[in-house]
Amino acid sequence: MMKKNNPTPRRHLPVGQALLTAPYILWMLIFILVPLGVVVFYALTDANTGLFTLDNLGKVFTGSFPAIFGRSLWYSLLASLICLVIGYPVAYFIARQKPSVQRTLYMLVMLPMCMSFLLRTLAWVGLLRDTGIINGFLGLFGLGPFNLIRNTGAVILGMVYNYLPYMILPLYSVIMKIDPLLIEAAEDLGCSNRKVFTKVILPLSMPGVISGITMVFVPAVSTFYISQKLGSTGTTMIGDVIESQFKMAHNFNLGAALSLVLMVLIFVCVGVMNHFAGDDKDGGVVI
Amino acid sequence: MKKLLSFVLCLMMLVCTLVGCAQFATNNPGNNGESGNNASGDEVVLNVYNWGQYMAQGEDGAIDVIAAFEEAYPHIKVNYTTYDSNETMYSKLKAGGISVDVIIPSDYMIGRMVEENMLLPLNFDNIPNYQYIDETYKNTDYDPENVYSVPYTWGTTGIIYNTKYVDEADIGSWDLLWNEKYAGKILMFGNSRDAFGIAELLLGYGLNSTDEAELQACAEKLNAQLPLVQQYVMDEIYDLMDNEEAYIAPYYAGDYMMMSLENEDLAFYHPEEGFNLFIDAMCVPSCSQNKEAAELFINFLCDPEIAGANMDWLGYGTPITAARDYIAPEVVDDPAAYPSNEVLERGQSFLALPQEVIQKVEELWLWAKTN
Repeated sequence: MMKKNNPTPRRHLPVGQALLTAPYILWMLIFILVPLGVVVFYALTDANTGLFTLDNLGKVFTGSFPAIFGRSLWYSLLASLICLVIGYPVAYFIARQKPSVQRTLYMLVMLPMCMSFLLRTLAWVGLLRDTGIINGFLGLFGLGPFNLIRNTGAVILGMVYNYLPYMILPLYSVIMKIDPLLIEAAEDLGCSNRKVFTKVILPLSMPGVISGITMVFVPAVSTFYISQKLGSTGTTMIGDVIESQFKMAHNFNLGAALSLVLMVLIFVCVGVMNHFAGDDKDGGVVI
Repeated sequence: MKKLLSFVLCLMMLVCTLVGCAQFATNNPGNNGESGNNASGDEVVLNVYNWGQYMAQGEDGAIDVIAAFEEAYPHIKVNYTTYDSNETMYSKLKAGGISVDVIIPSDYMIGRMVEENMLLPLNFDNIPNYQYIDETYKNTDYDPENVYSVPYTWGTTGIIYNTKYVDEADIGSWDLLWNEKYAGKILMFGNSRDAFGIAELLLGYGLNSTDEAELQACAEKLNAQLPLVQQYVMDEIYDLMDNEEAYIAPYYAGDYMMMSLENEDLAFYHPEEGFNLFIDAMCVPSCSQNKEAAELFINFLCDPEIAGANMDWLGYGTPITAARDYIAPEVVDDPAAYPSNEVLERGQSFLALPQEVIQKVEELWLWAKTN
């Protein structure tokens, strides 16, 4: 992120550098900008005539869609906050270990990400469902079966579980870089432990907090499948609706319109969060 | 920076043009020379795109149809992928960019694809086994001239229920799916056509209604079911019913035959209001690159011995009477798989609906599931 108060004079990129960046720019153009253009095109055209229309976008704001958007935002916000509450102490703990221990713990956090996201979610289905492992185990003691699956809690659990590493890793990398001397200085100057945390550590780790929330929130809000598997018919998220429009209903135009609105919503949310991060002296978000 | 951008844009255009040419170059011989040298010589990859759980592949000691085909035609390598509903298959083909040689859609979907020029006329010289298909399954509504399709199975829809949990007094009608006693243990079709079909039967409309008020009433009926439904699913039904996670599900009779092997408490009935009587038939979509190999494959599946062994595992009805000799007698005698003529009279077929009705139904379906 460019700092406004300290503009660097613009120079021509050396040819070598330009050549080195070309593959990525090309990649971005073909696989990000062009598809984005296709989404916008579908969102703004009529399926039958191919002419410009705002009908698709209009539909997004009718019926059950606003409620589903709201639900998706709410679930993912909740999931992000829970991830933060669970992830912050973990990240802090890891960052305070010896480097060798740090590396091991870091790997352990990453480990679940080596397995397919779909498989991990399906594993939760096997654990939580009425005839699943947890209820089967409790049944041995004459308890249950408890209603663990197909409710909002199960969907949030699935999101927290799947996205927790995305919270811990940026937090860890920021907390690790906090100079221990600053903490010692605060202590020497008479800060209580709580003050040290609220006045020194937390402000310094804010970029990690913001980027962690972003990294959890963005994939969570557009997620599909989790609520299909762990949720009920009342926990449908916008990602599931978009999927159904492309996969079954063959209504690319409505699907694209929903995606476009979701994209704008995500940009707004990320923008708001970046704004808060921008107040910090280090500027931008570390991803 | 501007120079760099223009350079990149030029490069991109070049790449796009090249890709376009390459596609043109690979498409052309496939379209023009399909009757040529594909059948002999070079190895051919045949892309078969079929319903999940819809072809015996050696499970439970059954025949492995694809391996048998590859053995009979060593130069053809089958690439087998699956879909979970007609609509999924349609969406994928319609979106383009893939090459598929054999598909097995249902009647109404074949009608729709014929209308939209998505199927190739078959060369029946390559499918001599077509003679074994019963006359009942020829000259159908969806393919009156027998040009585009070769019947693979026929079947019915009905309700699968678990006798351990469901009271026998409650069965008989589709309204079991609306019975509040079983709230949360009821599964529902995850595709609009089958779901609307059930509502139409319950409300006494035809299965092919295009009347907006009737469709609206169906959507409201389905919406009223929403609080009772555990999930809208397709083949996940297997897992959920076998493990008794759910007790009641509408599905295809043939799949019940397979499920009942896993869980003996499952039972099936054809609801009194009627049901969908369908034919699934093999077709070659217009994106096919190996039409001749596709026809060989279709012909192979119509061989009475292969068809019989395949259906013995599959549990769906075979349109080839001669194949019944190769099916276990308990399957042929099961009223779920092969209902009596009296029951079959209650069956109705799906027909292809006009495009705008399909769109309307999809919109209503989304509304019914999410509101």
